[in-house]
Amino acid sequence: MTPASTSASRQLLPVVPLAALFFAAFVLPLVALVAISLFRTPQFAELSLAQYLRFLSDPFSIKVLTDTLWLGAEVALATLILAYPLALVYVASGPFMRTLITFLIMLPLLTSTVVRTFAWIVILGRDGIVNSAMLSLGLWQAPARLLYTWEGMVLALTQIQLPLMALPVINSLLRLDGNLTRAAEGLGASRARIFITVILPLTLPGAIAGWLLVFAAAATAFITQTLVGGGRIILMPSYIYQQAVGVQDWPFSAALSLIFTLAVTGIVFAIGALSRRYVRGVDAA
Amino acid sequence: MSDVRGHSLDLKGIGHTFGATVALDEIDLTVAAGELIALLGPSGCGKTTMLQIIAGFLRPSRGEVRFDGARVEHIPANRRRIGMVFQNYALFPHLTVFENVAYGLRARKRPNAEVAAKVEQMLSLAQMAAFARRLPGELSGGQQQRVALARALAIDPGLVLLDEPFSALDKNLRLDMQIEIKTLLKTFGVTSIIVTHDQEEALSMADRIVVLNKGRIEQIDSPDALYDRPASLFISSFIGHTNLLRGTVTETDRVLLDAGPEIDLGRSALRRRGTPVTISVRPENIAFGAERPGAIPVTIRATVPLGAVSVTEGVTASGEPVKISQARAAGIAKAQAGETAWLAISDVSRVSIFSTPIDDVSKHQQRSV
Repeated sequence: MTPASTSASRQLLPVVPLAALFFAAFVLPLVALVAISLFRTPQFAELSLAQYLRFLSDPFSIKVLTDTLWLGAEVALATLILAYPLALVYVASGPFMRTLITFLIMLPLLTSTVVRTFAWIVILGRDGIVNSAMLSLGLWQAPARLLYTWEGMVLALTQIQLPLMALPVINSLLRLDGNLTRAAEGLGASRARIFITVILPLTLPGAIAGWLLVFAAAATAFITQTLVGGGRIILMPSYIYQQAVGVQDWPFSAALSLIFTLAVTGIVFAIGALSRRYVRGVDAA
Repeated sequence: MSDVRGHSLDLKGIGHTFGATVALDEIDLTVAAGELIALLGPSGCGKTTMLQIIAGFLRPSRGEVRFDGARVEHIPANRRRIGMVFQNYALFPHLTVFENVAYGLRARKRPNAEVAAKVEQMLSLAQMAAFARRLPGELSGGQQQRVALARALAIDPGLVLLDEPFSALDKNLRLDMQIEIKTLLKTFGVTSIIVTHDQEEALSMADRIVVLNKGRIEQIDSPDALYDRPASLFISSFIGHTNLLRGTVTETDRVLLDAGPEIDLGRSALRRRGTPVTISVRPENIAFGAERPGAIPVTIRATVPLGAVSVTEGVTASGEPVKISQARAAGIAKAQAGETAWLAISDVSRVSIFSTPIDDVSKHQQRSV
């Protein structure tokens, strides 16, 4: 070994524990997952691509995948729509309000997902806060079904994932040069025009980063999807769980896991690459 | 010069406070249509606050802003028809040069054909027609500034406000751009206000200069008048270089300098005998002379050649530094450091006299004890 490579390997020494953990807890299981998915039967007999062909020829499975991706997209869009007004208020506020808003945004991150999800069950349930309030105000005649619905799930996930969107959007809005909005205002632009032509395009990198984070987080949110969706809505995480634990079909659930992972990361990379190519004149966040 | 098409501007009793800080106090200013005015002052003097009030980004705590005689304090910035040029140009980085210049016209929902014609006209006026498809990031500082001005002028503004427009440019490019932009603004005939802390910029650009200090107007005058007849000690040292010499009034028209001699002002000092005064003499108004009554003795420190002139610095017996600026002709012998020289004021009528500020007097008296 040359002296140079000796010193290079010395420098890498501190990361060995982390690398070992990463290898044991991520790379090995992933390799195992690929291997398992290549068996034809749940009894691990015969290597083939049968599980992947089964997925592709099964309209139900494909529907579960597209529903899940669509849920991620919808939640990401909802958080995006909510994050901009929040971020605009934040940027326009004084130091005290900023601290308060930051605290309110961070607060959900300090409690566990299970707790946050149960809070939504309390709010949306048949005897929950919304139903009791509407019934006692006489606005509704009978309790409405809010829990175990698609809309309920989108609502809960939107609240839970909002910090992932709000923080990057606030960050890119803070870096926007105030003279640009002042210049637009001086040139006669209305507030709506300033937002659409200046603020939105120039904070797009932050918005896209937030969108991708929320998309990936919401599509894979097993706990919230299962508890608020209540098993009535089958999505990829619960489908995989059901195939692995309920049906004990490990090869098929391994194939489902890999397909789902590839679909989510594929979309994330594709949108990331597209935005780098088409967002001109803006520093990538 | 083409016809005047700008607004006239009146500020009356403008005051502004941020919390407990008084940013502007009792500002009165009248700007004629088509005039080019510079707001000059050190940082923190209130010039940026004043600009924001005129632009409509800030509502003054007190006072009136009038365009062509009509009050505008309640009109927001986006309806004031003002062209702004920012210090960092604030070009929209994601839009081409063409779209930047078109921005104000599109905000006014002008038809496409009209927008295209106007943008082309403005870009050729600013000599930027060849760069229409570029993004601002692909342009040099001077080119960005031309685009910023074209964008501001495209909306046919009644008033153009320029905030420290040359500070981001190379020193060599600055004078060229100042001349170019002054010509453009004058050709356009628009009322313009340029905010700057750079006195050379103000002197080279403006018809009249408004000197601000600590939120108040110290003097409004033409560049020459400001230089030749500064209204205060602050202005005499802020505009150009000057030598400040302390002394005491002995007769109505005579001042005994701390530096030694008694000088004849040739006019009344307008102050009582015994009043401590400071006289301001420009470096080019002092020349080397012979030892005689009224000549100021100095010890030479150094001589610095500055191209067309050479500047010599000396120090008086009272410890006050004096700069002498001379045309650098071949015949003049260079004063050597350490030598004693005798200085004479060439033209006493161009010497300004100010009462010495109170705190300076006390410091001064302590020193002479």
